[in-house]
Amino acid sequence: MVEMSQEEILHLLCQRLASFTNTEVEITPETNLITQLAIDSIKLLNLIMELEDNFDISIPLNALTDVLTVRDLANLIYKIKSDSK
Amino acid sequence: MNLLEKLDTAAAARKAQLPTGLSAFGIPIEEIYSPTEARIGERRILLLGTNNYLGLSFAPECREAAHEAIDTEGTGTTGSRMANGNYSGHRALEMEFAEFYQCRSCIVFTTGYQANLGTISGLIGAGDVALIDGDSHASIYDGCILSGADIIRFRHNDMVDLEKRLRRLGDRSKNTLIIAEGIYSMLGDQAPLAEIINLKKTYNSTLLLDEAHSLGVLGETGQGLAEKTKLSSEVDFITGTFSKSLCGIGGYCVSNHPQLDQLRYVSHPYIFTASPSPATIAATRAALRLVRNGSKLREQLWRNAQQLYSHLKMVGYQVGPEPGPVVATILDNPQQALALWNGLLENNIYVNLILPPAAPEGKSLVRCSVNAAHTTEQIKHVCQTFSMLHASIIQ
Repeated sequence: MVEMSQEEILHLLCQRLASFTNTEVEITPETNLITQLAIDSIKLLNLIMELEDNFDISIPLNALTDVLTVRDLANLIYKIKSDSK
Repeated sequence: MNLLEKLDTAAAARKAQLPTGLSAFGIPIEEIYSPTEARIGERRILLLGTNNYLGLSFAPECREAAHEAIDTEGTGTTGSRMANGNYSGHRALEMEFAEFYQCRSCIVFTTGYQANLGTISGLIGAGDVALIDGDSHASIYDGCILSGADIIRFRHNDMVDLEKRLRRLGDRSKNTLIIAEGIYSMLGDQAPLAEIINLKKTYNSTLLLDEAHSLGVLGETGQGLAEKTKLSSEVDFITGTFSKSLCGIGGYCVSNHPQLDQLRYVSHPYIFTASPSPATIAATRAALRLVRNGSKLREQLWRNAQQLYSHLKMVGYQVGPEPGPVVATILDNPQQALALWNGLLENNIYVNLILPPAAPEGKSLVRCSVNAAHTTEQIKHVCQTFSMLHASIIQ
């Protein structure tokens, strides 16, 4: 995958979440993954596996403890991608 | 939401899943008659949801050994292996396990859960990686969390997925502990061990294999999947439990790596708990001898497993990918699973009910565990009952 900016990752993540959750809720950077998108622990594990493949990275489960919003997740993906260069 | 309100929310969700009837979780067993029969309420029930794979829970050799140990050593050790709880029986059992697996050494833990917790958290730490199968047991997840290592899952038994994740780790793969299970407890399928070992060698990683459900069940002497596949020497660490085929409570880790013994000094789940009771150790030592010489029991176990698995498949139930002592019926939703579980209990058969999120892929499971003590007639009764219930439950 070509190099991506933080905003491009955020945009792509919003698209992926829309198809993954199949929700009517408008997904914005500040959308809460758990309270607004109703992503429970098992769905989150499956989502992470999909995102790992989409972005060709590994996202450790223990790195998710501080992730609440879509923006938090995008920032984490950006950081992991940057660190892996 | 305060702490107690969070528990109220969880309780409401549980009640919504199981609105009526006898609770499927923690069902009270009033009397145990044998490895295959018990009383629940006023009914005599066929037990088809235990992990008593070789049917040894009433073996006279184990009962006698436990009685003698209580009489000579007392009821409990009252201390850790690191302090006053390190009896000759603990050391003898460790030597017998090491000899059984033809390994350099063994550490005995107080429970199987702690064997994984203590081994994993002793082997890896912050900066290392745990690469675990997605269907891993909770003790593996919890051991990884306790370790502080990065936890990465690969798709269940998917070797393409495992390699992809190893490749992404780059140099970190040499600080990676891959964890798999001999038999997975949910669907009863086995790990593709040869392929996992090839990958761990290619990427210079370390492999831990949990044989909790495969001890006593697989391999000529019942060591598990590593013995069955003749790959024991290629597995770095093997963990297991006393609480299934051995019918006790406790756990172990065996290895040829001399560093295993160092875990005794760094593993909190080993250090900060009382050691197994003398009766447990004595019964387990007797059970290990029976397991080792239990090829006839294994043959009977596999006949029973094959009979039930083939029948459920023929009737049209969705079952796990391969036959084995754990025969899982996969249902689309919790209501179907609960109806099947209730129907079986009304016909005096106890099995395990597993609902989301505990079951994989959002499905629900009615899980049977057969054992070597089940008679052909008992398995036939189970098959007939499943057949009778099929039309009313699976639309």
